[in-house]
Amino acid sequence: MPDVACLQPRDVADAVRLCHETPDARLLAGGTDLMVMLHAGSVRPRALVNLWSLAELKGIRHVDGVVEIGAAEPYTGIIGSALVAEHCPALVAASRTIGATQIQNRGTLGGNLANASPAGDTLPVLLASDAIVVTDSRTIPVAEFFTGYRTTALRDGELIVAVRFPVSARGVRFRKVGTRAAQAISKVVVAVNREPARIALGSVAEVPLRARSAEALLAQGDVEGAVAAVAADIRPIDDVRSTAAYRRAVAQNVLGDLLRD
Amino acid sequence: MSETSATVGRPVPRREGADKVTGRARYTDDLVVDGAWYGKTIRSSIARGRIRAITYDPGFDWSKVTVVTSRDIPGDNVVQLIRDDQPALATEEIRHREEPILLIAAPDRETLASAGRAVRIEYETLEPVFDVDRATETYSTIEILKGEVVEALKVAAVVVERSFSVGLQEQLYIEPQGAIAIPEEGGRIKVIGSLQCPYYVHRALKRALALGDEQAVVIQAETGGGFGGKEEYPSIVAIHAALLARKAGRPVRLIYDRHEDLAATTKRHPGVIRHRTGVRRDGTLVAQDIEIVLDGGAYCTLTPVVLSRAAIHAAGPYSCPNVRIRARAVATNTPPNGAFRGFGAPQSLFAAELMVEHVAERLGVPSLDLRKKWMLRLGDTTATGQKLTESVSSELVLEAALKAAPPFHRSIVPSVRRGRGLSLVYHGSGFTGSGEKKLGGKVAVEASADGTFTILTASTEIGQGTKTIFTQIAADALGVPLDRVIVGPQDTSLVPDSGPTVASRTAMIVGGLIHEAAVDLRDKLAKRRPPPTTWPLRVEKTYVQPDRIHWDDQTYQGDAYPVYAWACTIVDVDVDMLTGEVRVTDLVSAVDCGKAIHPVMAEGQVEGGMLQAVGWATIEEIKMKDGGYQNDRLATYLIPTALDAPRIKTILVENPYSGGPFGAKGIGELPMDGPAPAIIAAIHDATGVWLDEVPATPEKVLAACASS
Amino acid sequence: MRFVLNGRAVSFEGSGARRLLDVLREDLGATGTKEGCGEGECGACSILVDGEVVNSCLVAVGQVEGCQVTTVEGLADGGRLTALQQAFIERGAAQCGICTPGMLLAAHALLEENPRPSEDDVRVGLAGNLCRCTGYTKIIDAVLACRT
Repeated sequence: MPDVACLQPRDVADAVRLCHETPDARLLAGGTDLMVMLHAGSVRPRALVNLWSLAELKGIRHVDGVVEIGAAEPYTGIIGSALVAEHCPALVAASRTIGATQIQNRGTLGGNLANASPAGDTLPVLLASDAIVVTDSRTIPVAEFFTGYRTTALRDGELIVAVRFPVSARGVRFRKVGTRAAQAISKVVVAVNREPARIALGSVAEVPLRARSAEALLAQGDVEGAVAAVAADIRPIDDVRSTAAYRRAVAQNVLGDLLRD
Repeated sequence: MSETSATVGRPVPRREGADKVTGRARYTDDLVVDGAWYGKTIRSSIARGRIRAITYDPGFDWSKVTVVTSRDIPGDNVVQLIRDDQPALATEEIRHREEPILLIAAPDRETLASAGRAVRIEYETLEPVFDVDRATETYSTIEILKGEVVEALKVAAVVVERSFSVGLQEQLYIEPQGAIAIPEEGGRIKVIGSLQCPYYVHRALKRALALGDEQAVVIQAETGGGFGGKEEYPSIVAIHAALLARKAGRPVRLIYDRHEDLAATTKRHPGVIRHRTGVRRDGTLVAQDIEIVLDGGAYCTLTPVVLSRAAIHAAGPYSCPNVRIRARAVATNTPPNGAFRGFGAPQSLFAAELMVEHVAERLGVPSLDLRKKWMLRLGDTTATGQKLTESVSSELVLEAALKAAPPFHRSIVPSVRRGRGLSLVYHGSGFTGSGEKKLGGKVAVEASADGTFTILTASTEIGQGTKTIFTQIAADALGVPLDRVIVGPQDTSLVPDSGPTVASRTAMIVGGLIHEAAVDLRDKLAKRRPPPTTWPLRVEKTYVQPDRIHWDDQTYQGDAYPVYAWACTIVDVDVDMLTGEVRVTDLVSAVDCGKAIHPVMAEGQVEGGMLQAVGWATIEEIKMKDGGYQNDRLATYLIPTALDAPRIKTILVENPYSGGPFGAKGIGELPMDGPAPAIIAAIHDATGVWLDEVPATPEKVLAACASS
Repeated sequence: MRFVLNGRAVSFEGSGARRLLDVLREDLGATGTKEGCGEGECGACSILVDGEVVNSCLVAVGQVEGCQVTTVEGLADGGRLTALQQAFIERGAAQCGICTPGMLLAAHALLEENPRPSEDDVRVGLAGNLCRCTGYTKIIDAVLACRT
């Protein structure tokens, strides 16, 4: 693409400025989604804003008793982090199921969030963890982040800078069901927490979502009720990967397994 | 000639191995050709109908590119293969989605993409046929009769009837299809491509471009996998590239991306196979009544030959006095299906092997007992009336596999069930029936003044080890060190037509010819006094069918193949009862290929072929929509990764065949036949549930477990 | 922009949005890195960027400014094959060879990170590199044979 520029911002503020000033610009971090779309011609931006080398967007740290992961920290860093292993082991588990080594070396939470694919593997973990999305200008609770199919609450030119995990993230448990053991887009993803009661699922609706009526029953300690109720909270479809019937059955089976321990 | 130790049977280094591990090996798209333009194929978006209009957007500068339609075809608008029904470019009639309509070449990819967007095609659609039961055209029918099956079924004590279905499968060579066509002086066209059969492409080019023998040159570049997917399809790529090059007056690179390759190229024939099997109370097999229907897609391609192999293998490796096999292949408005490792046999053997399981279950006996009772042994006669007089290894491979299988333990995890399954298969080596005779494959071996020897053959290296085993065979026959033997390039202007690199024939048939030529050459050199002064000294050999092989194409009776290779496969699976996922954890296979010219490469064929069969049986699913494949990207067509692959143990059993070089039979396709039925049997062992189809996806497994 | 390719400084002019895969193959003549899918699914285009294995079809060339890029051409030292390359040839880990460059780089990165991987570690480490020829058995054998 001779006419697509790759802009190199100095820092986050510069990246935000470039986004506002450059028409048809797209943010590029690990490229695991964007570079595929670019090559296929399904997006035709005039410029890419390269976030990969911005140190501000990388790193994993403890901030005010809460674990904060840089939006462009690759999954490999998350998988190897003792902090994340202690404070949100489900995120480590989810990161391990994404692609394989090559993808894990470049894929990021920021990318997973911004793409807002209903099949995003980390997104149910973020939902079940009550994670907070930190942008260059504000914070957004993840429960308010997904507003529609591949649509987020982000404004034009707003940049995800980090993701924060409250203490409750420690209790989240996760399972992904895909077609094969690696490099697989999920068929069903389930993340649960007991305290507070959270049931989040991916690939069973047009957004990653929380199963509210199932959660309400779980909050009362009614595991079997929650498993039965989740069927009505989700709206899976038949697609190239799987069927609605399968997704519904497996969502219930996996949920039950995670809750019954 | 100096005394050397034999190389056959030893794992010598792969001939082109150093090039492959250093990045020096040049595959088609690696080749730099000065001044080459890029080519693209514009394809139908409907499954059946007529082209009403092709509109070229006047806003695009068409002088910058070259456009080719069927009107630009100088020869016959046909992809030469068996039937002459498939046009190189559609003129008016469309019979399948992705059917090629026109071609564009441009100096760069941007211009090419813009040109592609600037063409609009309007269609008049017709009602397509997607269901084999509603097909109106039949490509081929075959009937194999032995004894009196109808009578035998009437009096059989127990009759078991079952129907099985097998799905599409993509070969998924990691290097997509591609060719570069270079126009040369005097109207000559050279095509370099990723292909298995240079002379198939050569014939197709001559026909479509009206070229004489010397005017078409086909050269095989290093090829990144084929598995049959590059048997006949490359003729289409080559014709298209050549048409563009001819009109543009410059070289054209026509390289498919993965999406186009998945969407438009040939797949394994899907189908339905029905069995009615009659036995006595004691389990003696008395009757097999088998019906096969294969979906050939929109054009004939190699379908009659696929059907042939499917039919001949349909009764399984078993001896039965009364057999009726009725096979037909029909047309649908889906992309044409074609060659894929196994070539009909995996499909029919899937059904045959599972019938043993079902009959065993009905009788309440272990299926292993029935196999031992039924299996073909030396001196037995097959369904086509072929008496097996040599190299029959049913018992050998069965014993070897059972002995090598790891101890089996049930699962200790409550939500996972573990099961084991076994299959016994055989696979005919070489072309079916009179195929080898009709081919008359040729090779040459030349001795040069500098003491080196060159093998001249059109048989291609596509990873299976052709170059290495040919040098081993020749070096040992000549009695010279390996490094004195060279394999000439697979270039039709330099080598004779040895026949295609398919049908498990390369080691046995072509290797056999090379062996003969080398022995002859050695003798000639030894006898020449004084030594020759005109070099090279050349010996040619052409395949001559041995007198003992008799086959009747009309009655489908006789020696279907010179000999069979044998395999027994044992597979262990974990079935996750929460999700229906089937994980194949261990695979053991005992394989008899007569003689393993190169044991490591022979094992490589077994391991690779079996994993392809595991994929076919579990996760390689193609869903159709409006006559096109929904699984048209690597993100949606899934093959096993290293994390999915089972531990594989291969036992090479050698039961030599007197008609093959050093006793060798074929091995390339055999590994595709065993795993799928063994996996279904293992799923049953684990869950108590029978599936009758592949792929046994988690959706099907979960549904079957839920309804049982 | 500039980066280091197999130990040699190279410079590139042109759109930074171009895929590193294409720049390597077309501009720099390093055709050892292969395109199998263009979607980041097959790993045939795997290379190392600052020692980490990534799919070069997913990297924009503008993102490797100042980085050390290693392709299959950079593995052998002069004419000497590495133990891993040698093991691949001897143990049958390369058949058609198209996945081999990417596979070697992924295996190389794995062994650098973990010189004594278990069989499971190797399967996990190579899960991003599809092979259709070998069934992976001999590839895993070759990598395990290079444990130190």
